[in-house]
Amino acid sequence: MSGSTATARQADGSGARLSSSSLSRWLLGGEWRAHPVRALVAIAAIALGVGLGFAIDLINGAAYTEFSAAVRSLSGQSDLQVRGAQPTFDESLFPKLVALPDVALASPVLEVDALVEGQRSPLKIIGMDVFRAARISPDLIGVPQGEKPFDLLADDALFLSPAAMTWLKVAAGDTVRLQVGTDTVGLRVAGGLVRARAGQRIGVMDLGAAQWRLGRLGQLSWIDLQLARGIDRAVFRRNLPARLAAPIVVTGIADQESRTDNMSRAYRVNLNVLALVALFTGAFLVFSTQALSVIRRRPQLALLRVIGVTRGQLLRQILLEGGLLGVAGAVLGLAGGYGIAATALHFFGGDLGGGYFPGVQPSVQFAPVSALIFFLLGTVIAVLGSLAPAWEAAHAPLAPALKSGSEDASLTRLGRAWPGLACLALGAVLTQAPPVANLPIFGYIAVALILIGGIALMPRLAALVFAGLARCWPARLGGALPMLSLGRLANAPNQASIALGGVLSSFSLMVAMAIMVSSFRVSVDDWLQHLLSADLYVRSAASGETGSLSPAQQQAIAALPGVQRADFLRSSLLSLDAAQPPVAIVARAVDIDDPAKALPLTEAVLTRDALRQGLQDGNALPAWISEAMVDLYRWSPGQTVQLAIGGRPHRFLIAGVWRDYARQSGAIQLRLADYQALTNDHQINDVALRLAPSVTPAQAIAALRRLPFGAVLAFAEPGDIRAISLKVFDRSFAVTYLLELVAIVIGLFGVAATFSAQTLARAREFGMLRHIGVTRRQILGLLAAEGGMLTAIGILAGFTIGFCISLILVFIVNPQSFHWTMQLHVPWLGLGTVAALLLASSAVTALVSGRVAVSGSALRAVREDW
Amino acid sequence: MNVRTHGLQQTSQWGLTPLVLSALSALSARLARLARLARGVAMAVLAFGLTAVSSPATAAPPQFSTVTPAQPLKLPDDFGAHDDFHTEWWYATGWLSLPDGKPLGFQVTFFRNATDSDTANPSKFAPKQLIIAHAALSDPATGRLLHGQKVARAGFGLAEAARGNTNVHLDDWRMTRLPDGRYEARIATPEFSLALTLSPTQPPMLQGDAGISHKGPQPAQASYYYSQPHLAVAGNLVRNGRTEVLKGSAWLDHEWSTSYLDPDAAGWDWMGINLDDGGALMAFRIRDRKGGVLWSHASLRDASGKITQFSADQVRFSALRSWRSPHTEAVYPVATQLQTGALTWQLTPLMDDQELDSRQSTGAVYWEGAVSVTRDGKPAGRGYLELTGYVKPLKL
Repeated sequence: MSGSTATARQADGSGARLSSSSLSRWLLGGEWRAHPVRALVAIAAIALGVGLGFAIDLINGAAYTEFSAAVRSLSGQSDLQVRGAQPTFDESLFPKLVALPDVALASPVLEVDALVEGQRSPLKIIGMDVFRAARISPDLIGVPQGEKPFDLLADDALFLSPAAMTWLKVAAGDTVRLQVGTDTVGLRVAGGLVRARAGQRIGVMDLGAAQWRLGRLGQLSWIDLQLARGIDRAVFRRNLPARLAAPIVVTGIADQESRTDNMSRAYRVNLNVLALVALFTGAFLVFSTQALSVIRRRPQLALLRVIGVTRGQLLRQILLEGGLLGVAGAVLGLAGGYGIAATALHFFGGDLGGGYFPGVQPSVQFAPVSALIFFLLGTVIAVLGSLAPAWEAAHAPLAPALKSGSEDASLTRLGRAWPGLACLALGAVLTQAPPVANLPIFGYIAVALILIGGIALMPRLAALVFAGLARCWPARLGGALPMLSLGRLANAPNQASIALGGVLSSFSLMVAMAIMVSSFRVSVDDWLQHLLSADLYVRSAASGETGSLSPAQQQAIAALPGVQRADFLRSSLLSLDAAQPPVAIVARAVDIDDPAKALPLTEAVLTRDALRQGLQDGNALPAWISEAMVDLYRWSPGQTVQLAIGGRPHRFLIAGVWRDYARQSGAIQLRLADYQALTNDHQINDVALRLAPSVTPAQAIAALRRLPFGAVLAFAEPGDIRAISLKVFDRSFAVTYLLELVAIVIGLFGVAATFSAQTLARAREFGMLRHIGVTRRQILGLLAAEGGMLTAIGILAGFTIGFCISLILVFIVNPQSFHWTMQLHVPWLGLGTVAALLLASSAVTALVSGRVAVSGSALRAVREDW
Repeated sequence: MNVRTHGLQQTSQWGLTPLVLSALSALSARLARLARLARGVAMAVLAFGLTAVSSPATAAPPQFSTVTPAQPLKLPDDFGAHDDFHTEWWYATGWLSLPDGKPLGFQVTFFRNATDSDTANPSKFAPKQLIIAHAALSDPATGRLLHGQKVARAGFGLAEAARGNTNVHLDDWRMTRLPDGRYEARIATPEFSLALTLSPTQPPMLQGDAGISHKGPQPAQASYYYSQPHLAVAGNLVRNGRTEVLKGSAWLDHEWSTSYLDPDAAGWDWMGINLDDGGALMAFRIRDRKGGVLWSHASLRDASGKITQFSADQVRFSALRSWRSPHTEAVYPVATQLQTGALTWQLTPLMDDQELDSRQSTGAVYWEGAVSVTRDGKPAGRGYLELTGYVKPLKL
C-alpha cells in the first residue's frame, strides 16, 4: 500500500515529477476497467477460499465451544470429578469420598444415554441428588410445574431441557417412554430445565429414581467434588486413587476440555486445511491474472519506466494491484464466511459431518483472531501471487520490452528448475517427519511443497515434452498446423505454464483427494465385509446405553430353530487417561488360535505359539488393540498391560493389532468369557446370528419377533449395516467432496482465464497467420489442439503430483491424524472421467477464447504489430 | 452487611441454592400456608404437603402409622426414630450464658420426614426419608439470628435417624442420646459451631394424654409428644474463630405424627418454659385464617412432678406488644401474655429481631426466639416462644 501513499519521487534519468498515487489510480482503473471480469474472478476465488476457511473455522469453533460448555455444565462448579475407569462404578465409593475431611461436598451423578421410543438418537439423562447437586450444578435442577415441588424427588418424574422437549415434541405433563433393556419405562415430564444451554438435549431426574428406573442399581457415573478450603487440588488429585485403593480417574474441567479437544482436533484441523486448498487455488488465480496482465502491459510498463517511474514504484504498483484484489477478496470472504457459518449453524447445527459434537446447538460468534488470520492469509497469498510478475515487470530490460513479441521472455525466471526441484526434495524429506501434537503438520507442508514444486517445474517440463514431440513428429503425418502448435508450445513454454499450472494444481488436488477418499472408502468397505460375516445382527435397540439383552434372552435367541450359531458382543468404555477420551472395550468370542476370523488384524500380531506362551508366562488374558492404541498409548503386541476391567486391575497380554475405522480414540477387544468372568456383567449389546442354510433372514426375523421381548429388538442384515456405514462415511466426507468441487471449479476458472488472455495476447500472431492464408477454422483447430495438448500434459503431470500427494495423505496424514491405516486404491474410472471432462473443457475454453481473437479483420490484427 | 444480603450469602455458601428450595418449598399458596403452620422449619411440614399435593403416581406409596391410644408412648424405645410416621422432630431450645454472663438463645433441630417415594425402589439413593437439620443462635449483641440448615436424603450412613434411641445425624451435624441419658448436639455452620452436652435433671415430661397430644377436635389430629425440660447445658460455641465456653438450661421436644393439622389452620404459637422453681410449662395454640383459635392446650409440671393440664377453654394468648419485622413487614406479638386457668404469665423476648427469614432458601418465615417469663411481675422462668404464620402469603 506504500506505493499509493508515497509522494512523488525523483525518477532516475528524468526530471519529471510524477504523482505515484495518481499513477496507481490510472493503472489500476485502466486495468480493471479493461478486464473487470478477470479481476472479479480473482477476487471471487480469494473470497471463496477465505470464506470457506473462515466459515469452517467459525462453525467448528462454535460447535467446540458449545459442546465444551455443555459438557462443563454437567459438572457445574465442582473442583474435580471422580470417575471409574469404566463408564459406571460402584456407589460404595460415594460414602468413602464424603468421609474424607478434604472433601467439602460430594455430589453423586449417574449419567445414562437412554433410548427414547421412536427416536434414533439417545437422550442423555442425568440422575442426581438435588440436595447435593444444588450447590455444584444448580443449572441442572428442574423447575417443577405449579404445585408439585416434590416432583424433584419423585421416581416417575423427568425434567427436560427446552431442546429435548422440542426434539421429543413433549410438554410438561406428557410421558416420555424410554427403552431399558427390553422393557419400556414411562416417565412423566414434570417440568423444564430453564438454564440448560440452547440446543442441549438432556433430562434430569432423581438419582434414586434413575438407578431404579434405568436399570443402574448401585452404579454411579461420576462424583462431583468441592474441596474444603485450603486443600491443594493437585496433591489431592494425585493421592486420591491410592487413598481410596480403587482404580479411579480424577478429572478437572481442563481434562474434559482436553478430551473434547483431543477427540475432534484432527478432524477440525483437516477441515481447515481443506479450506486452505481452496485458498491456494485462489492464490494461483491471482498469480495467473497478474502474470498475464503484466505480460500484456509489458510495453506500457516499459514505457512508464522510460518516462521516469522507478523500479520500486512499478514493483509496488503490481503488488498493490494484487494486494487490493486480495483485500477485496478477503473482506468479501470474511463476510461471506460469517454468513455461511451462521446459515449452516442455523440449519444444520454445528456438526460438519464428523459426528463429534452431537446434541448441541451452537450459535455463530465472530472470532476476531481467526478473522484477522484469514484476512491476512487472503491478502498475503494474493500479494505472493503477484510477486513474481511484479518482480518481472520491474526488472525487464527496457528496450526489448518496448517491442512486441517478447512476452515469453518475461517469464523466463519462472522457467528455472532449481526452485521447483528444491521444493520437491524438501517435501520428500518432510514426509519422514513425525506428527506435531498429534497433527500431521509436516505432512501438510510436504503436500504444499510438492504442489508448488510441481507447478514451478511445469515450464521446463512443457518445453522438454513439446520440443521432443516437435522433433519426433513423424513427417509423413504431415500438416503444418500440428507443427505450428508444437512449435509454439515448445518455444514459448513460459506462457503455457500458467495454463498448465492451473490444470495441474486443480487436477492434482482432485486426484489426491479422490485417491485418498477412495482408498479410505474401499478399506472401510473391506473392513465392514470382514466384520459383518454373520447373516443377521440383532440388538435390543438402535443406540444408547440402556438397550441390552439379559442372559435368559440371549439363551432364547440362541435356542431358536434356524439359528446355527449366535455370537454375543458386549461393548463398554474404559478410561485410561484423564485427558484422553475413553477407549472402547469390545468383548466377543475370539478364537485364540485364529483371531483373524473375528478381527480385521494388521500384520502386527503375535504368533499362536508366542501368544499361548505369553499368556501362560504372564498369567494374563489376551487383548487385541486397535491401531489408535498403538499411536496414542504406545502399546505393542507382546506387551503386558494392566486394565481395570470390573473395578480391579488385571493383566492383559496384547496379542495383536486390528484395524478399526469406527473409533479413533482407540478400542480393545477382549474375549467375552474373560470379560464376563471379570465383571460379572452378563448383559450383551449385540448378537450376530449365523443361520441354517434353509433359513432366510426374513424368516429368522419373524421368529425373533415372536419372542416375548421381540417387539423391542432391532434387526440389521450385513448389507443394511454396510449401506448405512458407507452413507455415514460419505456424509462425513461431504465437506471434502464440496471442497474438491470448489478446487476444480476454481482450477477451470484459471484455465479459462489463462487461455482467453493468451489468445487475446496472440491476436497479432493469428492476424499474421490469416494474412498468409490460414483459415479461421484452421486457427480455431490450432487453438483447440494447443489447449488440448497443454491440458493433456497438465493432466499427466497433475496425476503424477496428485498421486504423490495422495500417498502422503493415505500413508502419513491419515495415520497421524486419525490413527488408522488403509490400503491404496486408485479410482481409475472416476479420475479418467474427470480428466476427459477437463480436457474437453480446456479445448472448448481455448476455442471460445479463440473465436474472439480471430473475429477481427486480419489486416487490423497485423497492423497492430509494429 | 444487612440481613438479607447476609442471608443470601449464607444460602449460597451453606444452605441449598434458592432454586432448589424455592421449588421444594413454598411455591404454591397451599404449601406456603402449610409451611407457615409448621413448628419451626417449614421443610418439615413439606412432607405433610407431600401427601396432599403430589400426585399419587407411585406404584407402592408407603403406608404410614397413625397416633392411637392402643399404641401408647413407651420410653426408652421411643427416644429413637419412628420412620413409619410421616414426620418427626427433635427440637432443642434454650438459654445459654457466655463466660461474661451475657445471655444467648439457641435452637438445634433435626427433622425426619418420610416421603411418598415408592417403597419398591431398591436404590440406596431412593429418597424415602429426608433428614433436615436446623440451627439458630440469638445474641442480643448481634441483634439478629444467625442460622444454618441442611437437607439430605437418609442413607449411606451419611444422614440417618436411628430407631431405638435418639441418634440422628446429617453429615457432621448430629444429636445423640448417650447411654446415660445425656444428649450430645453438634452443628457447624459457616458462621458458628455449637458442641453441647444436654444433661437431664428431671424425668421426661409426657405431653397430653400420657404422650398423645391432641392438636384438634378430631381424634386423628394428634401426635406422640414428650419433652425433656430443665436440661443442664455445657459446651462451647465457636464464632469468628473464637471458642467460648457456655452453660445454660435447655428444653428438648421429641414429637412424631402422620397427620395432625386441621385444614383450616393458618398459624401456630408455641412455648416451652423452664420455670425457675423447677417447674416446666408448655403451651400452644393453633390459629385459623380468620384470626380465631382452632385449638389450644397447656400443661404445667411443678417441681414435684405433678402435671396440670389446661384444656382449650382454659388457655388464652394475648399480645402485649407487637414488633413489625423490617425484613418481611410481618407483625409478631413478641411480648405475649399467657393465661392458663388462674395463672397469668408474661413473656418478654431476649431481643425483638429473632425472625428467621429463609425466603431465599426454604421459603419459610417465622419468629422463634428466647423469652424470659414473669408471673405477677416477678421473674418466673426462661424459655422459647415460636410464632408462625404471621407473614402475608407469598406471592408466586
